Amino acid sequence: MIPGDFSYHRPDSKAQALDMLRRAGPDGRILAGGHSLIPMMKLRMAAPAQLIDISRIGELKGVAIGGREVEIGAATTQHELIENEQLAAACPIIRETALQIADPQIRYLGTIGGNVGNGDPGNDMPGLMQCLDADYLLESAKGQRSVKARAYYQGAYVTAIADGEMITKIRFALPPKGQGYAYKKLKRKIGDYATAAAAVTLEMAGGVVRRASIALTNVGDTPLYAADAVDRITSTALLPPDIDAAVAAAEAITRPASDGRGSAEYRRRMAGVMVRRALIEAAGRATETADGKDAPKDGKTGGIFGWLKG
Amino acid sequence: MAKRLISLTVNGKAVQREVADRTLLIHFLREDLRLTGAHIGCDTTHCGACTVDMNGKSVKSCTMFAVQAEGAQIRTIEGMAQADGTLHPLQESFRQEHGLQCGFCTPGMIMRGYRLLQENPDPTDEQIRMGLSGNLCRCTGYQNIVKAVRHAAEKMQIKEAAE
Repeated sequence: MIPGDFSYHRPDSKAQALDMLRRAGPDGRILAGGHSLIPMMKLRMAAPAQLIDISRIGELKGVAIGGREVEIGAATTQHELIENEQLAAACPIIRETALQIADPQIRYLGTIGGNVGNGDPGNDMPGLMQCLDADYLLESAKGQRSVKARAYYQGAYVTAIADGEMITKIRFALPPKGQGYAYKKLKRKIGDYATAAAAVTLEMAGGVVRRASIALTNVGDTPLYAADAVDRITSTALLPPDIDAAVAAAEAITRPASDGRGSAEYRRRMAGVMVRRALIEAAGRATETADGKDAPKDGKTGGIFGWLKG
Repeated sequence: MAKRLISLTVNGKAVQREVADRTLLIHFLREDLRLTGAHIGCDTTHCGACTVDMNGKSVKSCTMFAVQAEGAQIRTIEGMAQADGTLHPLQESFRQEHGLQCGFCTPGMIMRGYRLLQENPDPTDEQIRMGLSGNLCRCTGYQNIVKAVRHAAEKMQIKEAAE
C-alpha cells in the first residue's frame, strides 16, 4: 500500500513549522514518528496534501523535570521516555505505560505528542495523561493555549485541536514522593491495542487514601477519567468493599465496542479487572506521604523494568 | 507528483537518488537500490520483516518515507556479512541454531537482533523475546530464534574479549 500523493516539508524550527502549518490550513498534517499517520495514509483514512516533518526539531524534544512540574516535548519518542532515568525516578508510570505500547521498533519512532494528539481511542498515553491531569500546550502561528487532557478528547479521532495548531508540550504536576501507581493493560498480544486498560495513581496517608486518580483506555470513543471511581476510594482504607465499589463505578462509565478483542460486556468487565489490579498494585507501591517517608519498598522495581537493561 | 533528491548512506556506501515524496523506504531499498533482503510482509507495521537499522535504531521500513531518511546511516541484511563473504555472528548463529525455516522473517530478525545486542550485549532469554517482540515468525515458534540470538551474543562477546 502506497499513500496518496503529498508534498513533504522538513522545517528547521518550531516557528517555521507553525508557519507552514498556517499556510497549509486544513490540508496540512504534522508528521513526527509517523507510526499512526502513515498507516492511516496507506488506508486512505488520512490524505493530507502537505506533510510537515517535525521529527528533527530539537526544541520540540526532551524532558524537563522541575520542582513542581514535568514538561515533555511533543516530539519526544516513546523510546526516549523509556530510556530517561530521571523521568523514571520522578514519574515511573510513564515508563511502565510506554513499555506496553506497540513494539521496540515502533517505540523508537513513535512520539508522545502523536500518541496523545491524534485521538485514537486505542492509544495508551491519553488515558495516562488524564490520570496525571496533564495539560497539552497547543501552539499555532497566532499564539498558544493550554487544553486539559481531560477535555481534549471529543470522540474517536475528534479532538479539541484546530487547523493550524500542533501540540508542542505535555505538562503535568510532579508526582509527590511515595505516590503509588500502576498501568494495567490487557491485550491479546504484544503490539495490540488494549482490550481494556487502567491507569491509577494513589497517595496514602495514615493508612487512608488521601488522593487518587483513575483513567481508562480503549473502552469508549475517548479515554475516560473515572471520577466516580476515584470518589469511592478517596478517604477510605482501600478495603475490599471500597475496591469493589470503585470497580463498579469504573465499569459503569465504559462504552466499549464489541470487536475482535471481545464483546462489549467482556471488555467492560475487563476494564473493571484492570482497575482492580491497578489499584492493588498502586497501593502496594505507595509509601506513606504524610510523614516524609518515601523510600520505595523492596522488590517493587522489578517486573516489567527487569528486562530493560541487562 | 512531488519529488526530491535525497542523500544517505546505505551499507557504508553514499547514495543519492531522486524519489517521490510518497515512496516508502522499503520500496526505495528494494526497487531503487535493488536491496531485496528486507521483505514486505504485512505492510502494516506488525510483522517486522522490513526491519532495517537506521541511525542506531531498528525501524520498520514499510512505515517510513524515503525522504525521512535524508542524511541517514542505514544498514540492511546485505551489509552484515564481510566483503569476503564471512557471515556476521548473528547470521552464523541463525544457521547453526536452526533459527529459520522458510527464511522470510530472517533479515528482519537479524537486523533487530543486531540492534538489541548493540544495546544489551548479554541479554536474558526474556529480554531477547521482548526485544524481538516486533518481529513475527510463522514457522519456528521462536525457540531457535531466541537460541540463535543468545548464541550470537556469546560469540560476539568472546570475539570482543579477544580483540
